[in-house]
Amino acid sequence: MSTRLKSGGRLIDRSAPVEFTFNGKRLRGCSGDTLASALLANDQMLVGRSFKYHRPRGIVASGAEEPNALVNLGTGARLEPNQRTTTTELFDGLEARSQNHWPSLEFDVGVVNNYAARFLPGGFYYKTFIHPRAAWKHIFEPIIRHSAGLGSAPRDRDADRYEQAYAFCDLLIVGGGVAGLQAALVAGRAGARVWLVEQTAHWGGRAPVDGDVIDGMAAGAWVDAAVSELSALDNVTLRLRCMAAGSYDHGYVLLDEKLADHTPGDGRPRHRLWRMRVGKIIAATGAIERPLSFAGNDIPGVMLAGAVRDYVVNWGVSPGDRTVVVTNNDDAYRTAIALKEAGLDVVAVIDARTIANGALPERARALGIRVETGRAIAKVKGGKRVEAVEICLQAGEGAASSTMPCDAVAMSGGWSPVVHLWSHCGGKLIWDDADAMFRPDAARPPLHEDGSAMVLTAGAANGALRGAVADADAQVKIALQALGYKVKKFAPPVQVVADESPLEPVWIMPQGASIALRSKMWLDYQNDVKVSDVQLAAREGYESVEHTKRYTTLGMATDQGKLSNINGLAVLAGSLNAAIPQVGTTTFRPPYTPVPLGALAGEARGEIFQPLRKTPMHGWHEQNGAYFEPVGHWRRPYCFQRPGETQEQAVHREVKNTREALGLLDASTLGKIIVKGPDAGRFLDMLYTNVMSSLPIGKCRYGLMCNEQGFLSDDGVVARIDADTWLCHTTSGGADRIHGWMEDWLQCEWWDWQVFTANVTEQYAQAAVVGPNARMLLEKLGGMDVSKESLPFMGWADGTLGGFPCRVYRISFSGELSYEIAVPASHGAAFWAALHAAGEEFGAMAYGTEALHIMRAEKGFIMIGDETDGTIIPQDLGLDWAISKKKADFLGKRGQERSFLANPDRWKLVGFETLDGSVVEDGAYIPEHGVNANNQRRVQGRVTSTYHSPTLGRGIAMGLLRQGPARMGEVIEFTRMDGGTTKARVVNAVFFDKDGEKQNV
Amino acid sequence: MLILECPYCGVAADETELSPGGEAHLKRFGPGSSPDEFEAYMFARKNPKGVHFERWRHAYGCGKWFLAARCTATLEVFGTYPAQSTEPPADIIDKIKAKRPEWKGYS
Amino acid sequence: MSDPVTALSGARYDGFASVREIGPLGMITLRAKEGTPGLEAAVLAVTGCALPAVRRIVRQGERAVGWMSPDELLLVVPYADVAAALASIAQALEGQHHLVVDVSDARAVFRIEGARADQVLRKLSPVDFDHLAPGEVRRSRAAQVAAAFWAEDAGFTLVCFRSVAGYVMGVLSVSAQPGSEL
Repeated sequence: MSTRLKSGGRLIDRSAPVEFTFNGKRLRGCSGDTLASALLANDQMLVGRSFKYHRPRGIVASGAEEPNALVNLGTGARLEPNQRTTTTELFDGLEARSQNHWPSLEFDVGVVNNYAARFLPGGFYYKTFIHPRAAWKHIFEPIIRHSAGLGSAPRDRDADRYEQAYAFCDLLIVGGGVAGLQAALVAGRAGARVWLVEQTAHWGGRAPVDGDVIDGMAAGAWVDAAVSELSALDNVTLRLRCMAAGSYDHGYVLLDEKLADHTPGDGRPRHRLWRMRVGKIIAATGAIERPLSFAGNDIPGVMLAGAVRDYVVNWGVSPGDRTVVVTNNDDAYRTAIALKEAGLDVVAVIDARTIANGALPERARALGIRVETGRAIAKVKGGKRVEAVEICLQAGEGAASSTMPCDAVAMSGGWSPVVHLWSHCGGKLIWDDADAMFRPDAARPPLHEDGSAMVLTAGAANGALRGAVADADAQVKIALQALGYKVKKFAPPVQVVADESPLEPVWIMPQGASIALRSKMWLDYQNDVKVSDVQLAAREGYESVEHTKRYTTLGMATDQGKLSNINGLAVLAGSLNAAIPQVGTTTFRPPYTPVPLGALAGEARGEIFQPLRKTPMHGWHEQNGAYFEPVGHWRRPYCFQRPGETQEQAVHREVKNTREALGLLDASTLGKIIVKGPDAGRFLDMLYTNVMSSLPIGKCRYGLMCNEQGFLSDDGVVARIDADTWLCHTTSGGADRIHGWMEDWLQCEWWDWQVFTANVTEQYAQAAVVGPNARMLLEKLGGMDVSKESLPFMGWADGTLGGFPCRVYRISFSGELSYEIAVPASHGAAFWAALHAAGEEFGAMAYGTEALHIMRAEKGFIMIGDETDGTIIPQDLGLDWAISKKKADFLGKRGQERSFLANPDRWKLVGFETLDGSVVEDGAYIPEHGVNANNQRRVQGRVTSTYHSPTLGRGIAMGLLRQGPARMGEVIEFTRMDGGTTKARVVNAVFFDKDGEKQNV
Repeated sequence: MLILECPYCGVAADETELSPGGEAHLKRFGPGSSPDEFEAYMFARKNPKGVHFERWRHAYGCGKWFLAARCTATLEVFGTYPAQSTEPPADIIDKIKAKRPEWKGYS
Repeated sequence: MSDPVTALSGARYDGFASVREIGPLGMITLRAKEGTPGLEAAVLAVTGCALPAVRRIVRQGERAVGWMSPDELLLVVPYADVAAALASIAQALEGQHHLVVDVSDARAVFRIEGARADQVLRKLSPVDFDHLAPGEVRRSRAAQVAAAFWAEDAGFTLVCFRSVAGYVMGVLSVSAQPGSEL
C-alpha cells in the first residue's frame, strides 16, 4: 500500500495539515502536497476509470503528463472537471470526486466494456458507423453515450473571475528548472527584459530530486541562490504556476497563470491569460519519461520511475513497500536508489538491457539491490492494485520464469524532450538514436517575423538530458546575441551528474510478446489505446501517423499523448517495418495543458461580454419600457411597452399615433459622415449611384451606394452643407463600414483627390419628430422658422429649437410630415425630454424601430439588409431613378453592366397583399411548379419584408418576384411553416399615400 | 497573430489592431473595360505560396491603409510601405531578392 | 439651453487604481496635410501649442494638441471655447484644404490614476507600456473598442467613443478590481 513516510518530503510542511475529501471521504494531507501525493499518502491508489473499458486506474505520473488521475474538482459554481491530481495543489477544504464510473469507483458497471474489448478494437467508431446502420443508432450510440465521456460538465454559472493581460519581453524562458534558471541568470545579467515562467509552484525542476550538484552546491541550494539573484533584478519577471500554453506566429505566446486555483474564493481572478509578444522564446521545458509497454502496465501501482522518485523525495510518499523497477536505461536506477535510501524495499531492477554496469547500476548493486539484466516484465498481476509481476526474457515471447510479489512497479522507457513550444509554429525535429528520442533540429527552427529563429530550446528540452545547465548557458547566449545584447564571458556553472550508459530502445516488452499480452499493453491510458490497436491500424492500411492517430484515438485525450505518442509511433514504425523518423510525429498543437474557457473569455462576460453602444437617450428608453433589439452593436428600442401591453400592441399603438398625431424616434444611431474638400463632389459622385455634386446648398438628396460588383451596400440622405462640404447619412449599422469604405478609396485609389472625411455619428443626438402635429411641436419650442416655405421637404436648416442649437432636416422615412433634428450629444437627453414635455399636448409619443419599419414598408421604402442581401442591384428594387445615366463612372457601374444582371428574369421588388388579409410569414418563398436538378421545389421569389399594417388593418409585404413588376394583379402563393400556402396578389409596393401628400405639407 | 509596422505612425501593430484588405496593387477596371479585365479585377487573385503583397488598415490606430510584403508560407515580413504606391518599392524588392533568390520578382 | 452632460455623468470606480470619467472636454478634429500653410499658426493661436511630433501630444495648461495620423490632429480646449476655436481655425486656414470639426460630444474621456494605473490598461490593450514614451499618444483598442491614451499627471487619460463609454467604464473597472494586480 502507498503511504506517507516517517521523514523526508522537501516540498511538504508536516506541521501544516490540510483536510480534503475524495468521493466524500475525509482525508488528510500536508501543506505542499499535490492532490496526487496526498491521495497516495492515504493509500488511495485507485483514482479513476479509463475512458473506453472503464479499467481501474491509478496515478502514473507526478506532473502535467498524468493521463489517468483526473477528478471533478469542487462543486456547484466551482465544479471543474478533468483536473489533474498531479498538478492540483492541495488546499484546506478541497473536494474531489473521481469520474467516469457508475455507480461507484470501486464497482463500475462500465467495466463490462473491458470484457467486450475484442468488440471495441481500434477504429471501432468508424466500423460501427458503416454497417449495419441501424445498429449504430439504436445499440452502439446509446451505450457509448452513456459510458463514454470524462468528468461532468458544470451546470452553474462559474463563480470565479478570469482576466487577460498583455505583456512584452525580449526573452521568455519557459521552465523553471536549472536550465531555465541558468538561462534567466545569463539574460538577466545582460540586461534583457526577461520573463521566466514555471508551470508548477516550485523552482528547480528535477535536479533537486535527482541529486545533481551545481557549482559544488546541492541543486536545491543552487536553485535558491539563483531565484534570489533573479528576484533582485528589475528586468526579470518571475512567475510560478504559469504555463506556456502555446507559441504562435510572430512571437505571440499564450500563458495561463493559475492565480487562485489553490486559494479558491479569495477574491483574486482564478486564472489570468497572458497574451505575450516576445523577441525569443527559450523553451527549457524539460523532458517527459516514457512508459514501457508490458501487459498490465495500466494497473494502479504501475508508475513512471521518475514519478516514484518525486513522490518519495518531494512529498515523502511511498507508492508501496516493495517496488519493482523496470527499465531500459540507467536513470531509473536513481529511483531504486532513492527508494532504498528511504528505507523501502526494491524487489529488483528488471533491466531489459543485457549489460548494466554504469555508475548508477553499480551504486544500486552496492546498496544491495538485485539487478536482473536482459529481463522483462511479462505481465503485471492484480486488479485494482499491483500484486506481483511475472518476469521473463526481454528477447523472448513472454514465458514467465519467476513471479515477484510487489506493491508497485516503477517503469522507465527513457525520456522524451518536451518540444511543444518548439513545434507549435513549425519547428522541426530530428531523431536522436543515442537517446531514442525526437529532439529539436536547430537548423530548422520556427521563424519569427524577420525570418530568424523564434524559439530556442535549452537543457533536456533540447535533448541535453544530462548537462542541462551548460546547454542552457550556450543557448541563451545565442538568443541574446540575436537580440543584440552583449554577453559577458562567464563560464557556466559546473553541473555534476552521474555518468549514464546508453539506453536500449524498448517499444514492446518482451519484444516477441503474444497477441494476448499485446492486447493488455497500454499506450494511451486515457483513451484506452493498446499496442494491439496500433498494430491493427497498421495492418488495415493506416500508414500515416496522423491517420493512425484518428483511427485509434491515440494521443487524442486531454493529455494529448504526452506519454503515448512516441511509444505509439514506435510501435507503428515497427509494424510498418519503417524507421521511426520516417513515420514522424503527429502535429503538436496548443494548448500544452488545458486552459479554462473562462480564461480564454477573460473579462468578456456579463455586461461587458461585448460593447453595447448606447445613444444619449438610452437612459430615457430604459425608464420608459423600451424593449431593445440589437442593430450592429447598438441597442435600439424595438418598441416602448406600456403596462398590460404586448409588444405587438405597443408597436401598433406607436404606428397609429405617429400617423394620426405625433411620434418621436431616437435616430441618433444613423451614421453621419462629413465629406469636405475641393474634390468632395467628384468623390461623392463616384461613391453614390446618383449625382451628389449638383445638390444645392441647403438641400438633401437620397442616395444609394454599391460595391464594385454593383450590389447595393448602403443608402441614406446626403445634405449639402456648403460649397465644398457634404454630410452623408448612412444606415445605423453601416457608419463605420462606410467611413472605412470612403477612406479606402481616398487613400488607396484616388489619393491625389483633395477630400477629407470625418465620422461624426456620435457627435450628435438625432430625433425624428414625425406626424401631422410635428410642425406644431417645433413651433411651440420656437427659435427658427420651420414652415413649409422656409424649410420645404428635402431641405435642411441650422438654428435653435427651445434654446438647443440644432440642425433640422426635413426628410421622411414614414411618409408623414417629418423633421430630423440633430443636437450635440451632450444635450441629447435634455432635448429628448424637452420634446416630450412640449409635445404632450400634441399627443407626442416615442416609437421604436418596429413601428419605423412598418411605416416605411407601408410607403414601400426599402431597408438595407431586408430588401438587400449582398446580391441585389438597385435595379432589382425598382430604384433605377436613383442611378445616374449621365455619369461616366461610379462604383458599381461596371459591375451592373454584366449581362446576367440585365436578365429580364431577375427577381424584382413588388408589393403583396394577402387575399385574406393575413400576414405572410417571415422568410416565405414563392414556389412554382416542378423541381430543380436537386429534386427541390422550384421557387420564383421570396418575401423580404412582411408586417401587419395597423394603418391599413391588413397584412402587407414586399418581396422579390421573377419579372415582378410585369405581373401586377397576379395571385401567387407564399409557403407557410405548417406546409400550407398563403395566397397574395402582386401589387405596387407603395401601400399608403401613394402620391406623398402627407409628407409634403 | 502577425505584427506589422504601420509606415505612417510607426507603431508595430498587433494583428488585432489591424484589418486585412486582400491583395495589393490591383488595378481598377471600370466602365468600358472588357469582361476579362473586369473579372480579373474583381475575382482573380494570386494566392501564392511565398512572397505576397497585401493591403492592411491600421484600423484601431491611425486609420491609414498600408501595404505589406510578406511570405505566406513562413509569415516572414519583408517590409511595409504606404498605400500610395503603384508597385512595391525598390528597397523592399531588393530585400526580398536577397532573402528569396528563387523569387521571380514582382509582376 | 441645458448644461452639457457627459456619457456617464462623471462615473467613478475605486479599485487598485481609480477610474473616473471626466469632461466635458472641448475636442476638435483637424484634418490637414502636413505642411499646409498656416496650419502651425492656426493651431498655436487656438491652443498655444506647437505642432506635435508623430504620435505625441503637446500640452499648454488646459489646451493640448495630439498627433492622430499624418493628416489629423486632435485639439483639446475648454468645452466653452470650441465654437471660437473652430471659427478661428476656419478663418486662419481659409482657402487651404482642411476639415475642422467639433467632436467634443462624440467622445468620452477617462482618467486612470494611482501607482498601478498602467496595470489597468495592460489588461486591455496590446501595447508595450514599458516603452510608451512620455507624451506619447497611443491609438489602440481597449478590449473590443477603439481607444486612444497617453500618460500624464501620474496617470493616464483615455479617450473613446461616447456610445461605448459604459462598456469602457465596465472593462476599466473590472481590470482595476482589488486582488487582480498584475
